[in-house]
Amino acid sequence: MRVPVKWLKEYVNIEGILEKELVEKLVLTGSNNEGSYEIGEGVDKVVVGKITKIIQHPNADKLFVCTIDVGEEILQIVTGATNIREQDYIPVAVHGATIAGGIKIKKGKLRGEVSNGMLCSLEEMGFDKACIPKEFDDGIFILDKAYPLGMDILEALDIKDTVIEFEITPNRSDCLSMIGMARETAASFERALTLPMGKINTQVDDINDYASVTIEAPDLCPRYVAKVVKEIKIEKSPVWLQMRLMNAGMRPINNIVDITNYVMLEYGQPIHAFDLDTVTDHKIIVRRAENGEKFTTLDDKVRALTGEMLVIADAKRTVGIAGVMGGENTEISKTTQNILIEVASFDKSSIRKTSKDLGLRTEASSRFEKGVSTGLPMIVVNRVCELIETLGAGTVIDGVIDVHPDPAEPVLIPYRVEKISKVIGETLTLDEIKNYLELLDIQTIEKEGQYFAVAPYYRLDLQKEIDLVEEVARIFGYDKIGMTLPKTDTWGARTNAQLIEEQAKLELLSSGIDEILTYSFVSKKDLDKINLSANSMLRQQVELINPLGEEYSVMRTSLIPNVLDVLARNNNRKVKQARIFEMGSVFLPKEVPVVNLPIEKKMLTIGMYGESEDFFTLKGACENILNGLGICDYYFEKEENHPTFHTGRCANIIWGTHIVGTLGELHPHVQENYDLQVRGYVADLDFNLMIQLAKADQKFTPIPKYPAIERDIAILVKDEITALQIEQIVLSNGGDLLESAKMFDMYKGKQIPPGYKSVAYELVFRAEDRTLVDEDVNSIFAHILKALENELEAQLR
Amino acid sequence: MKKLLEQLLEHAKSEIKQAPNLKALEDIRIKFLGKKGEVTTILKDMKNLSAEERPLVGKIANEVRASIEEFLEDVKEDKKRLEIEAKLKSETIDVTMPSKKTLRGHKHPLNTALDEVKEIFLGMGFKIAEGPEVESVYHNFDALNAPIDHPSRSLSDTFYITEDLLLRTQTSPIQVRTMKNSSPPIKIIAPGRCFRNDEIDATHSPMFHQLEGLVIDKDITMADLKGTLDIFAKRLFGSQTRTKFRPHYFPFTEPSGEVDVSCFKCGGEGCRFCGGSGWIEILGCGMVHPNVLKECGIDPEVYNGFAFGMGLDRITMMKYEIDDIRTLFENDVRFIKQF
Repeated sequence: MRVPVKWLKEYVNIEGILEKELVEKLVLTGSNNEGSYEIGEGVDKVVVGKITKIIQHPNADKLFVCTIDVGEEILQIVTGATNIREQDYIPVAVHGATIAGGIKIKKGKLRGEVSNGMLCSLEEMGFDKACIPKEFDDGIFILDKAYPLGMDILEALDIKDTVIEFEITPNRSDCLSMIGMARETAASFERALTLPMGKINTQVDDINDYASVTIEAPDLCPRYVAKVVKEIKIEKSPVWLQMRLMNAGMRPINNIVDITNYVMLEYGQPIHAFDLDTVTDHKIIVRRAENGEKFTTLDDKVRALTGEMLVIADAKRTVGIAGVMGGENTEISKTTQNILIEVASFDKSSIRKTSKDLGLRTEASSRFEKGVSTGLPMIVVNRVCELIETLGAGTVIDGVIDVHPDPAEPVLIPYRVEKISKVIGETLTLDEIKNYLELLDIQTIEKEGQYFAVAPYYRLDLQKEIDLVEEVARIFGYDKIGMTLPKTDTWGARTNAQLIEEQAKLELLSSGIDEILTYSFVSKKDLDKINLSANSMLRQQVELINPLGEEYSVMRTSLIPNVLDVLARNNNRKVKQARIFEMGSVFLPKEVPVVNLPIEKKMLTIGMYGESEDFFTLKGACENILNGLGICDYYFEKEENHPTFHTGRCANIIWGTHIVGTLGELHPHVQENYDLQVRGYVADLDFNLMIQLAKADQKFTPIPKYPAIERDIAILVKDEITALQIEQIVLSNGGDLLESAKMFDMYKGKQIPPGYKSVAYELVFRAEDRTLVDEDVNSIFAHILKALENELEAQLR
Repeated sequence: MKKLLEQLLEHAKSEIKQAPNLKALEDIRIKFLGKKGEVTTILKDMKNLSAEERPLVGKIANEVRASIEEFLEDVKEDKKRLEIEAKLKSETIDVTMPSKKTLRGHKHPLNTALDEVKEIFLGMGFKIAEGPEVESVYHNFDALNAPIDHPSRSLSDTFYITEDLLLRTQTSPIQVRTMKNSSPPIKIIAPGRCFRNDEIDATHSPMFHQLEGLVIDKDITMADLKGTLDIFAKRLFGSQTRTKFRPHYFPFTEPSGEVDVSCFKCGGEGCRFCGGSGWIEILGCGMVHPNVLKECGIDPEVYNGFAFGMGLDRITMMKYEIDDIRTLFENDVRFIKQF
């Protein structure tokens, strides 16, 4: 909402209040500031001039040499403008002047002729091109009458002003008007408000002889008010009115249209004027449109209407789309003699739908769809006629048509002093509350010990006690409310699952893995890129009806594609090494098509590439996390059938009968699909399961008191024997004294027969109660070796 | 014999002086003072002396022994010191050479900021609630007093899955779920991903992050809301931060407000960062609307409460002066490693 301060002053006395204070205070009472600007700012030394003579430029066909009287001197100025005549008063930028955009004007010569300044357009005076009257669109601004020559143009036209832009919240459509903002100002500063009288001095004839109105759809049009004006003289509006409109962001058209726009800006009520002589039988009928009806609107476009839309019709045809736009067939023209002024109330949902369905959003429709009070039309119609009379634009016909089948009673809102105080947290008395409300023109009445607030007709947002709490709070001042802390019996803590998540992230970070965040919606094609088969369960996805595009069209069922995208992006950008993880949800539909909320399962996916990365660095990271969460008794098992991974370099992490996750090197196809220039490694872990498996109740193990005996064992086994197999045999044959068995070497190649490998383990033996001697260990060692020989055909090296 | 001892002393001293290193000194010690050493040998010969001579020579012998020991110790100390000095000198390194890096992982800056916010509210007695990203229209809009024809419900604003399911546009449905599933007193924050139908550009992302808070109990006031958020702002942006509460409108709270904090760049003087106003808007808040309480099964005549919500992406971007929201979701590790 643009508020020109000078205009605001017409309604509210803000004498002695600085603009800065005005803004600050209004912000604190609920109208947030979105900036402000000065009209005519940066325009300097542009003065009133009179053209005394125009002659053709001797050396240029398209230029003219003008003689301009600026009071103290006579200037010669060369111009290319064609809309000027001798005797016109015009704005002149003299030598040394500055015009809009910071352009400096200097003396000079144009094609050999002296030019001591420049004639200005409205745009050059700083007005927005969209608001400039059509006649001055591409030409010099011709003043409407004589002004003192040489006078500063901004002063002469009295257009210097500050325009403040306020953000109006959706509940306060009444503030989308000058008077609405004036009311807020008056309440905020406890200043007097002066509203227009709407007083018409002379009225003739009887409106009933001129027009009639029928509402056939009262559900969509609760009120229709009309007045008629005859002997209309269509002409330009006076400059003050044009300036007002331009400052508020509207383009002046002619006196009648300008008056309706002006009053709309004043009150927030849209107004339409029909050329009464084009309205068949002078009958206005408010009804629903006929389905499929074609109608040409003011903007010269043919619109197809539906039976849901409300129209204004005459005896024969549609003449306007109610609350949206009038029709070409009844438009006001230069020859119009009689007009009917329509000020009506329309149902906001209906207007919103019509405007949306037609793809036609107008100043009127956008106001109606936010809600306009049914209390306004009578006040507004009189104000329009008052201005028509004042401007001498026509003769007002006596009487008014007011079709208002079901006038609403004023809304009475019961309130309690204690409740208002309690919500705000400040002790307020009845008098104080009454006072604050009265500043907003909300009166209090008492009935049987109960207090009721009477909502003013224009405040459609006031319905309940809580609405009054807000009114009191904002006029009391949010800034004056104290600061306390809730006296609530609660304690703060993370849940177990949240603590486990924190712990897991800590382990990830200490393993040198960076955290990433990616979108929850992905492309369907992502699953192709990770090689999943056509019948993979993960292809059952939650699909969006209205995605931003295919690449964001389904909810992810795996984090692997997201992680690979990030790896690939980093690789593309020549980052040498990356270790990343994302912890986030995947979305698994309970049924297809989706009806219920899908299952949201938390996954932890890790990705790596780089010179120092391989399967085993990833495996180590997985172990760190699992161990860090107190998950033990898991093991890694070869997995050859996961399509995303290298068939020979992939494993599942098994815990009991569960698969905690899968990790491995990327399948070359997947690597290629992502255009990854190096081998990539990914682990995909079921974090929900990990939360269940995590153990918080870890117990202390005593530090050993006695020394250990370490023995290395190197054996030759067939290639397909796994470390897991060897380890299981070693551990199960080691008895109580075997503390650990760690593989420290694996060798294939020279001196090893093909199909075989050499593996070496370090065995650690220890007793809790004594220092072991070699003899204690020898037999166990022999036993282990025997078992390896028997079960795996191992040979000692 | 006495003379012999004195000669021995001189002899030992001169050998000690000439010893090149600690090893040589040890050899000297053994040579003179060891079990078969020269002084010991002399002492063994004492049995051949007369009873009068014996104590006299014994005394001298012991003195010589002590002198040698003392002298040996002194020289040993010296030698040791010199040897260590030489060792330190020879082992000197260029400490300005690069360190050996241990890999360290970095949290995403958004989560670093989130952690900071969580910590503040945990300290004020809040718990952390979570909820689904795919939500019902009921939880996201209806229960929150959103008018049925509110523009935010349209396909151009909200991503839909079916007529009844959508991607949550705010974290408020978590509040609804919390109110429905528990009873007051309630004191939670609810962080999470949210989605709106916005094209991607420097300031818009179809996925973003919010954090909301909710307190429900008897006797909760706007003053409590102000006090809580003032502490929050001071802890997040620094103790010199001032807060400004101004009225606003949200369908699910009334009275509603927005909170500005004094610009942490210029301290409130006005700069490019805060658009010259000295203030930066950080969150929306208000007293939970009675309609919402009722809808969630809480009697608004007995209980009331406040709620607030903020954009975490915005807060992260402000905190680290990140100027393009897309940076957050590109996940260039060179970016993440900065935090």
